[in-house]
Amino acid sequence: MKEIVVISGKGGTGKTSVTASFAVLGGGDIVTADCDVDAADMHMLMDPDFAVSEEFMSGELAVIDHSLCSQCGKCARVCRFDAIDLVNGRFRIDPVSCEGCGYCARICPEKAISMQEQKAGDVYISTTKTDAPMVHAKLGTNAENSGRLVAKVKNEAKRIALETGRNIVLVDGSPGIGCPVVSSLSGADYIIFVTEPTVSGLHDLKRVNELRKIFDIPAGCIINKSDLNSEMAKQITDYLDQEGIQFIGNIPYDESFTKAMTNRQTIVEYDGSETGRSLSEYWKTITEQLMQGEK
Amino acid sequence: MKVAIASGKGGTGKTTLAVNLAAYMSESERVVLADLDVEEPNSSLFLKGEVVHKEAIYTNVPRWEKDACSNCGLCQKVCNFHAILALPAEVMVFPELCHGCYACSELCPKDALPMVARKTGELRQLNVGSFQFVEGRLDVGQEQAVPVINRTLEYLNDEFPELDTTVILDAPPGTACPVVAATREADFVILVTEPTPFGLYDLTLAVDLVRDLSKEIAVVVNRFGIGNDDVFAFCEESSIPVIARIPNDRKIAELYSRGELVYRKVPEVKRELEKIRTLIHEYSRRTVF
Amino acid sequence: MKIAFSAQGDTMDSMIDPRFGRAAYLVVYDDESGETSGFDNQSITGVAHGAGPQTSQKLMEMGAQVLITGNGPGGNAQAVLRKTNTKVFVGAAGMTLREAYNAYKRGALQEF
Repeated sequence: MKEIVVISGKGGTGKTSVTASFAVLGGGDIVTADCDVDAADMHMLMDPDFAVSEEFMSGELAVIDHSLCSQCGKCARVCRFDAIDLVNGRFRIDPVSCEGCGYCARICPEKAISMQEQKAGDVYISTTKTDAPMVHAKLGTNAENSGRLVAKVKNEAKRIALETGRNIVLVDGSPGIGCPVVSSLSGADYIIFVTEPTVSGLHDLKRVNELRKIFDIPAGCIINKSDLNSEMAKQITDYLDQEGIQFIGNIPYDESFTKAMTNRQTIVEYDGSETGRSLSEYWKTITEQLMQGEK
Repeated sequence: MKVAIASGKGGTGKTTLAVNLAAYMSESERVVLADLDVEEPNSSLFLKGEVVHKEAIYTNVPRWEKDACSNCGLCQKVCNFHAILALPAEVMVFPELCHGCYACSELCPKDALPMVARKTGELRQLNVGSFQFVEGRLDVGQEQAVPVINRTLEYLNDEFPELDTTVILDAPPGTACPVVAATREADFVILVTEPTPFGLYDLTLAVDLVRDLSKEIAVVVNRFGIGNDDVFAFCEESSIPVIARIPNDRKIAELYSRGELVYRKVPEVKRELEKIRTLIHEYSRRTVF
Repeated sequence: MKIAFSAQGDTMDSMIDPRFGRAAYLVVYDDESGETSGFDNQSITGVAHGAGPQTSQKLMEMGAQVLITGNGPGGNAQAVLRKTNTKVFVGAAGMTLREAYNAYKRGALQEF
């Protein structure tokens, strides 16, 4: 089984549109995991049935039992996150600030503080319009720790792939360089960068590539909106060469992406799109070379 | 007055709006722009200026003092973040997993885990001519964005306390912890979106988040002209004002790709920025007086 | 000697789990007594970060001197395995534990 993760660093480069196109091209033979849990958009293009859902508990928050509290204030003194305040004569925990470290609960002399697991979101296991399994999630707003949710979504997808004998897990990765994207990358066999020829596109590609190097995972890159700025596109391909990243191909600036999206379609399903044909080729290239290594 | 510019997803034009709005407003008033998208700080790519202040951002993590340690193993038990491993004759610390709660350090009976500063990011202030620009930047390989955001906000409060200064905060995308850290001090929040199904879905998540923080919201629609009207219908139903519409125009995308300010070359963008400026002032009059 | 495997199940006929930190099971085979013991590692795989070091610590507690796995452990896990003097052999993905053990005995697995 091989795991392909699509990431971009910067948002808005078309990462999810590209991933969903690949998911459609992969058809029933792959398992898709939407690990962009902060902005889980892929379901809008894949029409999943939300068949199985599971609450996702993540992180703990401190809760004070006021019937036991002796107002000694030790909890507020040890809290490094300013999450405990005296409000109208009672110590109160601000759930937004609480990091869930448990220090207050551990030192409370009255054992008045307990750590309670929080619902962070829901994880869904669906069948999509291409008859393929898809694991996706909805993170509650202001929920912490989406990194672990990412790990959960990925692990479910891998489990399904193993159980059903599917060879490819396709992951729509998280943006940024923080904890969710680290979780998205761990265990990947191949990374597809989707970037755009803009100053910020290249800048973020470099940052996320630094992270890839820590994990030492082979990668390729697709340049979306490649004709927007040919000089910038050249700078990107030079950078790819220098970093040993495979250049997979270009996608021109194409408003069919948006038109297809408005119809809840991927561009490969959208009539006669040149971009759709290019993406089919890219998917074929990527999967063929990955599967060569698989015996 | 602090205005946060945020969006449920990345790539909706949040940074473009923040930079252009700051530059435009600074032609007639005092403005500070702060990039709090510390994982992907991009505002500076559009700005040139002289660095007037630079500092490393540190977070404190425990350091194991072998000679003091009695190998009791308490440190691992009290760490909720798996950042400490107590082996039979050694304690290992994994600093990138540490949230800095101090529990291990302060509860250690032998004081064998003093907290020491470790660099996790950087803060810079640039004088970009007509305004000041402050940027927080998380080092690659670090995972805790929130301390870097908090330090940057603290710096802004110390350096720019004046009421007549508009501080524009370029917030991280998404709806997780870093956005909360970046927007919680804002007086109001501008959400940038696109009139597409993705844009609408991400906007609904962002609206839920900002409402949880009890902030007032206004929406700016970017790439106006593509997609459909669903975003506008949603805003109307939710009683959220749409205060500007930035047209969909390839020329804007090209200017952006070169890192240029858009409003100087595209008059429609300037017109929309003026609407936003007016609203910020109206809001500030309402709250201050 | 006690030899540990990252495994997808808890017997010698289970397949190797190529992942280490997030391996589904850890199985320890004592090639002197012929005994095997399995540990369900799912409590560890549920953590977002730090799974590698935790799994390494578990191996030490189980008394393993050698680890046989698929991919190499990550940086943090490697650091722990070095401290606990656990030798690591990789490249056993796709094998059962028994096949992996035989490959190790033949010297066909690469030391990491």
